[in-house]
Amino acid sequence: MLECIPEGPVEHTTGKINPAKTCQPLGAMYAALGIHGCLPHSHGSQGCCAYHRMHLNRHFRDPVLASSSSFTEGASVFGGAANLKTSIKNVFAIYNPEIMAVHTTCLSETIGDDLPNIIKTAEIPEGKSVIHVNTPSYHGSHITGFSGMCKAMVSYLAQADGTTKKSQMNVIPGFVNPGDMREIRRIVDTLGVKMIMFPDTSNVLDTPLTSKYQMYPDGGATVAEIRDAGNSEVTLALGSFASHDAAEVLQDKCGVTGIPLKLPIGIKATDDFIMAVKDWFGVEIPASLTLERGQVVDTLIDTHFHYQGKRVAVFGDPDHVIALTEFLLAMGIVPVYVLTGTPGKAFEAEIRKMLEDAGITGSKVKAKGDLFELQQWIKEAPVDLLIGTSYGKYIARAEDVPFVRFGFPILDRAVHPLMPVVGYRGCLRLIEQISNALLECRDRDCLDEDFELVL
Amino acid sequence: MDTSSVTAEGSACISERQNSILTTGKSKSSIHCADDSLAGSVSQRACVFCGARVVLNPVTDAAHLVHGPIGCATCTWDIRGSLSSGSEMYRNSFSTDMKERDVVFGGEKKLATCIDEIVGKYHPPAIFVYSTCVSGMIGDDIIAVCKAASERHATDVIPVESSGFLSGNKVVGYRAAAIALMQLIKPKVGETVEKTRKLNFLGEYNLGGEKWVVERYLREIGIEINVAFTGDSTVAALKQAPGACLNLVQCTGSMHWVAMSLEQEFGTPYLDVNFFGAENTAGSLRKIAQFYGEPEMIRRTEALIEREQARIQPVLQKYRKKLAGKRAAIYVGGAFKAVAIIHQLKELGMEIVLTGTQTGKKEEYDNLSTLLDPGTIIIDDANPAELEKFLLEKNVDVMAGGVKERVLAYKLGIGFVDHNHDRKDGLAGFDGAVRFAREVYVTTCTPVWSQLKATGRRA
Repeated sequence: MLECIPEGPVEHTTGKINPAKTCQPLGAMYAALGIHGCLPHSHGSQGCCAYHRMHLNRHFRDPVLASSSSFTEGASVFGGAANLKTSIKNVFAIYNPEIMAVHTTCLSETIGDDLPNIIKTAEIPEGKSVIHVNTPSYHGSHITGFSGMCKAMVSYLAQADGTTKKSQMNVIPGFVNPGDMREIRRIVDTLGVKMIMFPDTSNVLDTPLTSKYQMYPDGGATVAEIRDAGNSEVTLALGSFASHDAAEVLQDKCGVTGIPLKLPIGIKATDDFIMAVKDWFGVEIPASLTLERGQVVDTLIDTHFHYQGKRVAVFGDPDHVIALTEFLLAMGIVPVYVLTGTPGKAFEAEIRKMLEDAGITGSKVKAKGDLFELQQWIKEAPVDLLIGTSYGKYIARAEDVPFVRFGFPILDRAVHPLMPVVGYRGCLRLIEQISNALLECRDRDCLDEDFELVL
Repeated sequence: MDTSSVTAEGSACISERQNSILTTGKSKSSIHCADDSLAGSVSQRACVFCGARVVLNPVTDAAHLVHGPIGCATCTWDIRGSLSSGSEMYRNSFSTDMKERDVVFGGEKKLATCIDEIVGKYHPPAIFVYSTCVSGMIGDDIIAVCKAASERHATDVIPVESSGFLSGNKVVGYRAAAIALMQLIKPKVGETVEKTRKLNFLGEYNLGGEKWVVERYLREIGIEINVAFTGDSTVAALKQAPGACLNLVQCTGSMHWVAMSLEQEFGTPYLDVNFFGAENTAGSLRKIAQFYGEPEMIRRTEALIEREQARIQPVLQKYRKKLAGKRAAIYVGGAFKAVAIIHQLKELGMEIVLTGTQTGKKEEYDNLSTLLDPGTIIIDDANPAELEKFLLEKNVDVMAGGVKERVLAYKLGIGFVDHNHDRKDGLAGFDGAVRFAREVYVTTCTPVWSQLKATGRRA
């Protein structure tokens, strides 16, 4: 059906075909939704705002509100300062958020609007905040935009009230689902450490249906909490692409020690996350977490023969793919193609190092790639399993490969934003999805005489 | 219907927007709908690029190349439910992925290279090149690049001038798409397309196979569709468009201009049709048969209508029993769709208490008012706060709208039926009327709502 991709080597030196990323403003919008009482604002034409809301909407299946500077030709010629000032006035008058988080677009960046100055001279009601990040769409990806908005939270809001630190930690969770953020909180609560997590979209994009609509749901890190993040002892920054920069800024600005970690996906990364908390605060690891870990190991052994040695292609956002690749290697799976759309040499280096340590050679690893390229690789030498976002479904169908949906966006399946892939519970979910995808494929394809009840 | 408590003019929303909201039978003034959205408002509107993209993307065997940063391509990648009976080319996403360097030094060279590579890889019969905010802003001359590429490759490379900032109104983008289509179908010098007795079907996007449904009816009464604009169309078929003896126009917002242009250039008359709802479908088929004026065709048309109505009316009657008296709201892209849904919901015995569109024109709103009972709210370019306010005040049971309204309706405990350009189920024709009724029934009467009893207003 979708066998449009030509066979054999073809010229593909520029542009993207079937992209594996989207643009910065979307990530900035998602991060901003993780602040309590925040209205994200897109400084550009209406289309960007509408599209990003729609994209988030389709993934989370919850309302996503954001305002726009509604650029028209006039603003594009004379600059968008007047539009932004009017927007700030209107947003507080009409929607009355606690905080407005402005991100730019390629249009306002190309015009060269000077956001810090516009915001400084705008009328902002007493007690309300406006923060901003520059997110030109022609640079980076949605992950870069997410990272930028996290940095803006820190540089605008966080403050150290003195040199003594409170016995609390910050967690910057990265571009993960609300279900993941909820799980991170559960783990930290179990460890008994006080945590400020920002952004936090749990209770914002996974809200219950009560037949009452709250424009600003109960969840999200409050402005006061993000301010207080400057008084924490330590920041755990989960994911080098989405979170490390903000932790660094916080360290420079407020002297909060930043500890860079992977996203806690897979056993080792979850261990590292928990050990980092334990080591810093000297807490005991409760028996309940030890038990959870033991269950993961037990399940791995119960299922290892389903997937060991399988060739897999993985694509998605860099922090997700890095952590997942580590877990796949631990499971004995062979990542033969590993790709992200986000630019970054560090991605390639980190994956290559992991593969090398595992003694795997000949895998293709690429940052700044697209799905055209991934499909060409799969055509050249097939894989047993594909793991990635919904956009992988075209490849899965055309090349007849079992497919596990993972990351952002997932537009064709429900419930996933509520189900964590982080932590030990996340490990169980991944093991289940991977094993089942392979077994479904076996049940579908095998001869009658090989069709087994017990697998 | 008591709606005296609602005075939309005094709504708690944005004072500058009071002229964008009317109550039928109450408001003296007419609606303001050509206004640009207010800076800082949470609008459901999109941009010119979006309008152009939804009209052109269903051309199945063309390559659609977005000249801009990646987001414009990613966010419009295969989001329409337009089906193809042949090529799947249109479901790939091509982007020049403009970078900072391109913004500074211009993106024309990169665009030309991308076109060359697409031709080399796929040899598509045509490439549509969409301009975006940035490529428009920095002044990339996509017309010149496309012209040169057309000559270089002896293939149609058609520019679509759809820079987002030109307007927040998708209709401007429909026009950009229409201009591109006219350029594509214009016969080359020395070429002519012979007239046939076939017809073109404008404003039909083959969502969920809707074009195929109508095609079956027309075939039965003795007419072939020449080509649809643009559902399940190919470049070659579009080029035969001048050969039709009649143009049907369905989605007025996007296609009236094309119909008028085709009339001017090729002398083809056009008819407005509407295949949403059983009554509309019957009426449209009769109109077409009248146009041809052949007794055999008229006889076959009546036979078809009688047979189909007899088949579906008992089913509709069942849904009517469940749905009669329920209160419905409509918020869709254009007025054509709003009218179509009003008719269908009325056929199901439902009350329409709120209607709005993103891009309706003044005459269209005037027409809407005549279809609606006094007290119905009419709203242009609604923001979610306004929608929420009226949905609750009007005690709505079910809403018809697009992707952004779905989750809002659900959160308020209101059923939702998708009637936007990204829906997946065909709602056209007699079977479409049944499917629509079923969808309205499923969402309005799902047992899940009773789970809300503890807290919800549906208790």
